[in-house]
Amino acid sequence: MRVGATFKIAFRALRRNKMRSVLTALGIIIGVAAVIAMVGIGNGAKAQVEAQITSLGQNMILIFSGSTTTSGIRTGWGGAGTLKIEDAEAIRREVPGITAVSEEVVSTTQVAAGNQNWFTRIFGESADYFDLRQWPLADGAPFTAQDVRSANKVCVIGRTTASQIYGNDNAVGQILRIKNVPFIISGVLTPKGLSPQGVDQDDVVVMPYTSAMKRVVGGTTLRNINVQVGDARQIEASQQQIIALLRQRHNIRPGRDDDFTVRNQQEIAEAATATSRVMTLLLGAIAGVSLIVGGIGIMNIMLVSVTERTREIGVRLAVGAHGRDILTQFLIEAVSLSSVGGVLGIILGVGASQFLSWKFGWATLISIGSIAVAFLFSAAVGVFFGFYPAREAARLDPIEALRYE
Amino acid sequence: MNNGALVRLIDVHKVYRTGEMEVPAVRGLSLEIARGEFVALMGASGSGKSTLMNIAGCLDRLTSGRYILDQADVSGLDRDQLADIRNRKIGFVFQNFNLLPRTSARENVELPLLYGTHRLTNAQLRERADRVLASVGLGGREDHHPSQLSGGQQQRVAIARALINDPEVVLADEPTGNLDSRTSVEIMGIFQQLNDRGTTIVMVTHEADIAAYACRNVVMRDGLIQSDRTVSRRLDAGDESRKLATLDQNLQI
Repeated sequence: MRVGATFKIAFRALRRNKMRSVLTALGIIIGVAAVIAMVGIGNGAKAQVEAQITSLGQNMILIFSGSTTTSGIRTGWGGAGTLKIEDAEAIRREVPGITAVSEEVVSTTQVAAGNQNWFTRIFGESADYFDLRQWPLADGAPFTAQDVRSANKVCVIGRTTASQIYGNDNAVGQILRIKNVPFIISGVLTPKGLSPQGVDQDDVVVMPYTSAMKRVVGGTTLRNINVQVGDARQIEASQQQIIALLRQRHNIRPGRDDDFTVRNQQEIAEAATATSRVMTLLLGAIAGVSLIVGGIGIMNIMLVSVTERTREIGVRLAVGAHGRDILTQFLIEAVSLSSVGGVLGIILGVGASQFLSWKFGWATLISIGSIAVAFLFSAAVGVFFGFYPAREAARLDPIEALRYE
Repeated sequence: MNNGALVRLIDVHKVYRTGEMEVPAVRGLSLEIARGEFVALMGASGSGKSTLMNIAGCLDRLTSGRYILDQADVSGLDRDQLADIRNRKIGFVFQNFNLLPRTSARENVELPLLYGTHRLTNAQLRERADRVLASVGLGGREDHHPSQLSGGQQQRVAIARALINDPEVVLADEPTGNLDSRTSVEIMGIFQQLNDRGTTIVMVTHEADIAAYACRNVVMRDGLIQSDRTVSRRLDAGDESRKLATLDQNLQI
């Protein structure tokens, strides 16, 4: 009975000071909305990066050729030319649990067809490449293992390259001249968008690595080897086996450094998401500060309210209120303000992030978890900042309170 | 102690401590008020009458002595127990009305019911508050806020609030102190009607003409009772307001 009545009393008191209640709640509304929107933006950015990493393929291990120093000039990864075609074949043959391997050579060059030409990247790959990167074709067919073995002059082009050279015309079956060598276009890839580094992944020509080495890039070594493992739990073990195999093949004595580098996808993903994780944390922390400021606003108003309503408290005590009733009343007032503010803040925060996605195309991700945390936190702010003023009110002496001017 | 008195104060002392000083406000006072009495408590400021009212109203605790209210000793009760006694047995009327601002007359009157132990629905609360408001002549003004009511009307709301729980005794502290003479007579009229219906009233006042509406006048001085007598020529509020009305008419002519 007492509790129900106290709720009634608290709501009547809030209604009596509508303007003040609204302004006090506003502090919490803004705080919660800021937390929701900021964390939403941070999580959205993180999810976007993660999605881009996943677009590389699944359960991938990337092996890069080592770097070398010639006359003091270091070449960077892939420059040493330590990875041979035989290395890739050995991995395919000897490391268990591997589902796909793609030898890779990379170059950039001018390509031309008819009176159009375009500067693009050339990727030499094995026939496994399209499975490995989960990159289906929009049109036509990929090159085959037979094409790779015979170093046939076929290629597959990305959406950007296709539209730059052929516009809206069908590119499949057309001839593309690369370094004056005519290649038949067997297919056009589906668009994949930007890479985590901001490179247009669709601005590309993919051809058998054998053809690329023979006719475009030159040389006999691979820049890197992409390996896909069937089972995610096997990645670590496969990685170790690959390292052991390559050290043995490259005759590296124990104690000497590898002349190649092996990275798995998880490591790459972690590095890529680290920034956005820090950003989320930072945005959340700043928004959290505004929530605390909102809480202090509630405490301030409740303290003012206790002073201003001293006589009212005196009357309540005189007509039979217990100290506990007064404490509960003021706590309910504070918690109502903060949790109503919390709910409105959640609505505003979700709205704001929807608006940002719509207006600026920012990826935002709002989880039920962050909504629940924001709501509970705002209610807790009410209890925490409401308790002290409420206790002050409950401790008043009825006679003193009635006499208060 | 089984003599039927509603309020029994036995050798009551009250000492206030202000720092090192001990200030006695009431020094060994005894007083009995029977059910159905209408007592005016008088005295100069500092005579201890307010202290006595606070003790009688269970707002303050006595330093020594005993206070028996409605056959029960309330001297040793704690804060919450005293609050329950105030809620069930005592109705307060204050000089400055002490209504909650920006709150309707009805909600002001309902207030003591909200702290009671009975389970009343909103409709029951409302019905009871409206009934008591009508009994003090405020039917139709249930939704008015204090700022929309005259001083006399505000005091009537306060009286209705005091009556809502059917108290054993109504304690009024200078109920006419902030009112003009005509309105004071109206309020005394309400008190006399209540008293005629059996409500016990104790009223603090320093105006002799207001005290004359009561049945018994108790005068205090220096924390003790100086005189305690029955009012011989009691004023009747109905007669007095008729006299005032006639006076007005004559003035207008």
